[in-house]
Amino acid sequence: MKFDEGFLKRKTAELRLDIVEMITKAGSGHPGGSLSAIDLLAVLYYCVMNIKPGDPKWDGRDRFILSKGHAAPAIYSILSDMGFFPKEELSNLRQIGSILQGHPDMQRVPGIDMSTGSLGQGLSIAVGMAIAGKLDKKDYGVYALLGDGELQEGQVWEAAMAAAHYKLDNLMIAVDNNGLQIDGSLEEVMNPYPIEGKFRAFGWNTRLIDGHNFGEIFDAWTWARSSSDGKPSAIIAKTVKGKGVYFMENVVGFHGKAPTKEEGRDASVKLKDTLDKMKP
Amino acid sequence: MTELKATRDAYGEALVEIGKNNNDVVVLDADLSASTKTAKFREHFPDRFFNVGVAEQNLINIAAGLSTCGKTVFASSFALFVTGRPWEQIRNTVAYSNLNVKIVASHGGISVGADGSSHQSLEDIAIMRVIPNMRVIVPCDANESRNAVLAAAATPGPFYIRLGREKVPMITGSGNKFKVGKAEVLRDGKDVTVIACGIMVDAALRAADILKKDGVEASVIDMHTIKPIDTETIMKYAGKTGCVVTAEEHSIIGGLGAAVCEFLSENHPVPVYRIGTRDCFGQSGEPASLLKKYNMTPENICEGVKKAIKMKK
Repeated sequence: MKFDEGFLKRKTAELRLDIVEMITKAGSGHPGGSLSAIDLLAVLYYCVMNIKPGDPKWDGRDRFILSKGHAAPAIYSILSDMGFFPKEELSNLRQIGSILQGHPDMQRVPGIDMSTGSLGQGLSIAVGMAIAGKLDKKDYGVYALLGDGELQEGQVWEAAMAAAHYKLDNLMIAVDNNGLQIDGSLEEVMNPYPIEGKFRAFGWNTRLIDGHNFGEIFDAWTWARSSSDGKPSAIIAKTVKGKGVYFMENVVGFHGKAPTKEEGRDASVKLKDTLDKMKP
Repeated sequence: MTELKATRDAYGEALVEIGKNNNDVVVLDADLSASTKTAKFREHFPDRFFNVGVAEQNLINIAAGLSTCGKTVFASSFALFVTGRPWEQIRNTVAYSNLNVKIVASHGGISVGADGSSHQSLEDIAIMRVIPNMRVIVPCDANESRNAVLAAAATPGPFYIRLGREKVPMITGSGNKFKVGKAEVLRDGKDVTVIACGIMVDAALRAADILKKDGVEASVIDMHTIKPIDTETIMKYAGKTGCVVTAEEHSIIGGLGAAVCEFLSENHPVPVYRIGTRDCFGQSGEPASLLKKYNMTPENICEGVKKAIKMKK
């Protein structure tokens, strides 16, 4: 699909509504990091990646790894909207017997390419998939979304080193740089900055963007995908935790806490208003 | 004289054998390929060999990623580092999603010798066995090592195969029909059952010879697969002999002995005496001296047998 800003605006408002409603219904989950990442993911899934919802295991598909697995509601909202599984399943998030586990499970959910949840592992997995693509001379791309707090895991840098070493220009990541982790701001807890400088020092192409500006996001993903200089690409996307729900924005407490029923209802009403205003 | 060969040497050769027949076999190592013998595969198939450097967590997850793209992946390092350092990567990524990753470790056990405790893995069987979906194999000789590696390549899903550093005698014949989860009964005696794995199978056979002179007839079972363990054979021989001795080059906590006890205590309680390290670390030394120091010799097995038989009465 081509880039369509109007479509993305409406779509991400719908997806935000799904995210808030499913987490509110579940009574637990990670709204902050799902809402900060949803714009990056929506552009990737609707406008960039080559995938087939009717054939989730298609051999030639682009791969995606949600390394920050706690943003599961974001990816679930997109996959159900695209038809990988019925939308009704969203209301079973985190319930016993549901395919929608608290963190993504590739064995249960069509369209999930790797089970994640434990931080720091996704980039290494992406390296493995990208090596396989090179070995098999296939032209699929491997995408991953990392959290910024996750960069504190040493394994991320083992993988960053390997991706450049093996010249994996078929590997593209975005770092959802919302600046907050469970215990506080990144700078307070363990400062990972400068993130862009670190990836560049590891031999990557890098780009800093506004992670809520659809044009910049689209340009960055397509720039990363077109790389053929042997370097993997890292997009450092400045985002707002809880983006789009006014009482969650930049509130660290909403990292891993569901809104109350009242808060959830309030957020839903406001998001629906936003959607109504977008109707032509 | 008995042929001596290290199980890790058989691994390197088996990889080449598999690699010739299957282009989807990929081998990874973490800077120990000369020791783990994966270097042999690299010589033949340099394009399908990846050295990730000293980075075991990355090793396991790169293997995981490759496996989802149709590759049969072998990932190797020393037993301690390839199970301990990336345990959670193995648990959460490889095993949870039942991925086709074969973790093959060299340098298991105390017979690693001079490198000392930091390199002597005495807990790896325990920490691999506890993970759902994981199969755990400890071959007793080079022939069984080859067979285990071939079987792992042919069976989808995660495996942990633990090999040793030292050359060991050939016990099983080349015509041996290795089957994952099916123990080999090497001796059939009525008084006690000695269940062993790895280099302790040879020690168990030697112990059986010594015991025979004292009029004690021991069954000796080569329990190469610790998980899924062959409960049928354990049941049959525990029933027949009424007591069991286990022998492993590993802590008695969590390993083969523990697995045997877990099964017997719920199904057919009989006295069991476990040979292995008893909640302690090793140290530098010659392999033979270390096995003696930590009570893992044929003579120690004989003492264990006497204890077990005594408990029967």
